[in-house]
Amino acid sequence: MPSASHRPTWDPFRAEAIIADHAQMPGALLPILHALQEEFGHVPEPAVPLLADALNLSRAEVHGVITFYHDFRHDPAGRHVVKLCRAEACQSMKGEHTASHLLRRLGIDWGGTTPDGSVTVEPVYCLGLCATAPAALVDGEPHGRLTPESLAGIVEEARRA
Amino acid sequence: MNTAPISPIRLFIPQDVAALAVGAERVVKAITSHAAADGTPITIIRTGSRGLFWLETLVEVETPAGRIAYGPVNPHDVPGLFNAGFLLGGAHPLRLGRMEDHPWLKGQTRLTFARCGIVDPLSLADYEATGGYKGLRHALAIGPAAIVETVTKSGLRGRGGAGFPTGVKWKTVADTKAPQKYIVCNADEGDSGTFADRMIMEGDPFGLIEGMSIAGIAVGATKGYIYSRSEYPHANRTMRAAIAEAYRTGRLGADILGSGVTFDLEFRVGAGAYVCGEETALLESLEGKRGQVRAKPPLPAHKGLFGQPTVINNLISLATVPVILAEGAAYYADFGMGRSRGTMPIQIAGNVRHGGLYETAFGVTLGEIVEGIGDGTATGRPVKAVQCGGPLGAYFPPMLFDTPYDYEAFAQRDGLIGHGGVVVFDDSVDMAAQARFAMEFCAIESCGKCTPCRIGSTRGAEVVEKIMAGREVDANLVLLEDLCATMKFGSLCALGGFTPYPVLSAVRHYPEDFRRRHAAAAE
Repeated sequence: MPSASHRPTWDPFRAEAIIADHAQMPGALLPILHALQEEFGHVPEPAVPLLADALNLSRAEVHGVITFYHDFRHDPAGRHVVKLCRAEACQSMKGEHTASHLLRRLGIDWGGTTPDGSVTVEPVYCLGLCATAPAALVDGEPHGRLTPESLAGIVEEARRA
Repeated sequence: MNTAPISPIRLFIPQDVAALAVGAERVVKAITSHAAADGTPITIIRTGSRGLFWLETLVEVETPAGRIAYGPVNPHDVPGLFNAGFLLGGAHPLRLGRMEDHPWLKGQTRLTFARCGIVDPLSLADYEATGGYKGLRHALAIGPAAIVETVTKSGLRGRGGAGFPTGVKWKTVADTKAPQKYIVCNADEGDSGTFADRMIMEGDPFGLIEGMSIAGIAVGATKGYIYSRSEYPHANRTMRAAIAEAYRTGRLGADILGSGVTFDLEFRVGAGAYVCGEETALLESLEGKRGQVRAKPPLPAHKGLFGQPTVINNLISLATVPVILAEGAAYYADFGMGRSRGTMPIQIAGNVRHGGLYETAFGVTLGEIVEGIGDGTATGRPVKAVQCGGPLGAYFPPMLFDTPYDYEAFAQRDGLIGHGGVVVFDDSVDMAAQARFAMEFCAIESCGKCTPCRIGSTRGAEVVEKIMAGREVDANLVLLEDLCATMKFGSLCALGGFTPYPVLSAVRHYPEDFRRRHAAAAE
């Protein structure tokens, strides 16, 4: 996963090209939203009218879809994204304790980004790493059997990189 | 080394994401650099996982005596392994011998997961050498009606949780006339404690492609979609690569295997909405909409994706089809008990010593799974609760460990096997907090279409919160029961309809956890 600092700022021409690449697919909206987020790190607001035009939808419909799905961000994330699992298997291995440690250390809440813009922590509900719980994806890389200490180390390492 | 072999020694190391999560990549690096320094030629083949996750990273070395396994290997073990001559199967404390002889695998019946962890997931040569495409060739020979009959006779039921007979679903779509039909694979494996779909996508993706192709032939559908999860980036990469390889070699597209039959397959990824695992919400999402549940009827088999007749099956159901076609309905149906035929990949997870994927015939008891196969908790404390079937499944206390793993037996005890997840908790768990979480999760993930789920879940979390605070506990427990009844009978789909299972099972089996503050206040 490229870090957000290398992501381009909003570029309507790039957005239109991405939309045009997928517009002919049946049910194209989700694949396009994923592609836009991959490019810009979030789904920028000015993309909404472009999507509505290209797919013959109302802006309200496009907005409704973007806000329905937890994945699509309205604002850019930090340079590093930690997706921490909060589901039952990770709970059974003290995942919530590990998570609250990290959040306290970073001084943020779920979904928040550190003031220096380096780390965003997002909740996820199951990474399929339930037999190596608790688990997280840090910049897309999996980590299991986390402890407060190991998670802090992984995040610090990503931050320094 | 005086016995230097001429050809490189082959090693098999998983790149399943659970192996990566415990450091498989660092093990690969350590072995590669050590071998290079020694001047020993080796080839490392990356596989899926065999599903014994406490042994990851599992390293297997090909020797004349078979594939000798070592595990769990950490990077710091690597120099010692080389010193012990592990490349020739040498003795070492981590040596496990041949995995085929390992009791955890020997006790299993691997039909759906026969290849997982053994083959290179993207090698069609490996796939065909281990029986791949035998099912599809047989399917082409016998034709659509006989395929449907075979699947029906096998007794295969939907492995997503509902347990609906797969053959009946296929027959409905086969009998419906339409210009375009679809096969949709539900790989939106959102239940905590489950990873079977993920393991197939990472370890045996061609099995799913073959199963979907057979489904297409059976019902006359020329297009398929796999709907996976954004939480599975590694599985998605492997699955996409397998689809590209199948197209490249004429196993997808027009004229599959020279049969004249067309089957196209597209891969899509969800966006973090649990409810999209519900089949009609999944179809809405595939159409590019909010993942809101549809009222049934019409059934997807009549009016599914883009309004066309659609077979929508769980990934495990579809990945099990090839072996049924290859070996016959009776072969599969011979396993199991009662109306639960064949095998189930049970996923043992959470606070458990031996967690992983255990495929076995229906009928094994829950106690055998947790205490025997799983070997108790990872923390070494007593088991307090086991949640079966994901976030919508009931919590079972050890008192009910005699329950056989079977759709009907679980239903009789107000539980469900769902997609096969078994999550173990030790005695430190607060069951009132788990009940509150079940309601909170439903509130977060509710699609919002029906009121019992949308509002009931939020009110439910509030009521449990009050109980936990010791406020009017008796009255609030009555209210909670009532609210759960409304959700159970009034919700459109299983999200609102089944959230009462974990909640009420927690109340029923662990009343003391709901009366802690109450009891403390009375003293």
